[in-house]
Amino acid sequence: MEIVALQVLNSLFYAAVLFLIAAGLSLIFGVMGIVNMAHGSFYALGAYVTAWSVGAAAATLPPAALFIFLLLGAIAVALVGLMIEPTLIRPFYRRQEEYQLLVTFGLLLVLEDVIRLLWGGTPLTASGLVDSLGLVRIGGLPYPVYNLLMIGVGAVAALALWAFVYRTKFGVLLRATAQDRRMAAALGIDVGRIYALAFGLGCFMAGLGGAIVVPSQAAVLGMGVEVLVIAFVVVVIGGLGSLEGALVGALIVSALRTITIQFWEEFELAALYLIAAIVLLIRPTGLFGRRA
Amino acid sequence: MKLAVPILIVLALVPVVASTYQTQLLTYGLTLAIAALGFNLLLGYTGLLSFGHSAYFGAGAYAVALMMRYLGVSSMELFLLGGIVCSAALAALFGVVCVRHTRIFFAILTLALSQVLWTLAYKFFWITGGTDGLRVPFSKLTLLGGLIGFPGADAFARFISFYYYYVLVVFCVCTALMWLIVHSPFGKTLQAIRDNETRARFLGVRIWRYRWLAFLVSGIFTGLAGTLWVPLNGLTTPDVLYWPQSGKIVFFAVLGGFRNFSGPIVGAVLFNYLEVYAIALTEYWQITLGAILIILVTFLPAGIVGTAQRLSAKFK
Repeated sequence: MEIVALQVLNSLFYAAVLFLIAAGLSLIFGVMGIVNMAHGSFYALGAYVTAWSVGAAAATLPPAALFIFLLLGAIAVALVGLMIEPTLIRPFYRRQEEYQLLVTFGLLLVLEDVIRLLWGGTPLTASGLVDSLGLVRIGGLPYPVYNLLMIGVGAVAALALWAFVYRTKFGVLLRATAQDRRMAAALGIDVGRIYALAFGLGCFMAGLGGAIVVPSQAAVLGMGVEVLVIAFVVVVIGGLGSLEGALVGALIVSALRTITIQFWEEFELAALYLIAAIVLLIRPTGLFGRRA
Repeated sequence: MKLAVPILIVLALVPVVASTYQTQLLTYGLTLAIAALGFNLLLGYTGLLSFGHSAYFGAGAYAVALMMRYLGVSSMELFLLGGIVCSAALAALFGVVCVRHTRIFFAILTLALSQVLWTLAYKFFWITGGTDGLRVPFSKLTLLGGLIGFPGADAFARFISFYYYYVLVVFCVCTALMWLIVHSPFGKTLQAIRDNETRARFLGVRIWRYRWLAFLVSGIFTGLAGTLWVPLNGLTTPDVLYWPQSGKIVFFAVLGGFRNFSGPIVGAVLFNYLEVYAIALTEYWQITLGAILIILVTFLPAGIVGTAQRLSAKFK
């Protein structure tokens, strides 16, 4: 019974990370109509920046202060995103989707190698953060407090994002631009600014996902593409462009993944894609998708 | 078209004048060109961007390795048959799922399905050898129904010079076949679907069926490329099923120009040289590759061949 409780918590922790990534991917698609192939690389970048800065500051700062680097890692990724959108992505809004996919694929190749260039092939860890919070006993079995805290962070992020998109003025501008870019521009909305900020916000969430995952796992090369492929499953199940869909999809995918790893490890990814394929066959727009 | 005969003569003379190493490099390039031809039937002629062609390339490669290991087959012709059957079966199955979707969803689905195959090859290590892969030594290979084998000490040079012509013949057959396909009524229908799906549907074209057929043919060509590639490489690992392999195939087409019959062929051969020499120069060649891709799609969307044609038309 305790095992089940721990597996549920593990699955929620993973769902929190997946939600952050998939929501960013969905947000960027919903507003700009672009599927960002490099999105997983932003997640990896967040993980590397956080692990590296925690490692560099661990000797001088008390462990509690190191948690600020989770946020700083995400902000660093957001800044990279804010620079990339106007220079690299903007010329492609009017082009065919093939070219949009290709340019973000080029970006993916570049980012993967930039990470290798900066931090090399050895995995980076920041496990000190997990150790500093210690363990809690759940029905007699130890469980890291860090994971519990990050499930909370995921829930807060989901609420904050919802409030941001549906309850603020910027959210209204964002949704207006997503619905009709030309009409929004005609009404005097600075579409370029909205696009850059939306892209930056998406990157921030991916970076935050990477930042909160890195203390419990290591930052390794290839983590970006691995997560990109799973995030695709999440948005396919939930519906591309929908935030509720990203949340429900993340919960479904992480629960499925936990179950398959427990019972039938070889088929972990295969099972996920089978579900995604079934959802696409029955409901091509996903559970919450609106657009055809 | 005018250039085809002189190019063929030059290609036929390569093993006579060039070193074994250079011949080997060009053989690699020609096998990749077959994959590019197949890929471009989808991207250039049907308007579908697949990020999962590593699946069919890998299916062809693993078909050879598994047949050699578990069935003791050594005949290249049987390997070609096996590679075609395996990649056709896989493309037929994946195609059913993928062709219902276009653009972004098509790209995502093809990528996702190829990643599933990669994890299967990786995790069922007792069958596939896992990350170590499966060896396909050329010394066990026979060509032309067992007429030509490669035992002995200096067999490698002999293997390359024979195998080069073998690949060249298959390449020529594939190119001719693809030329016929894209200029046939079937090929024209695909282009009609690419340019305007709604109108094609009004004309009574059964879109999904045509797309599925294009998917199937594309998968078979790419599988054939994987089959020919593996004896040359001597080894197949899960890397051939992994997404960077799909990325490379996409790159061939964009580099040469995908709105163009010969573009992907030129792209594949050029890419092969680029990869070999860039790896020799720098450890970080993915950056180079990514940067070239971004520059190409931003400034030269017609690719090398397309741009060259435009320039030569201007100066006429």
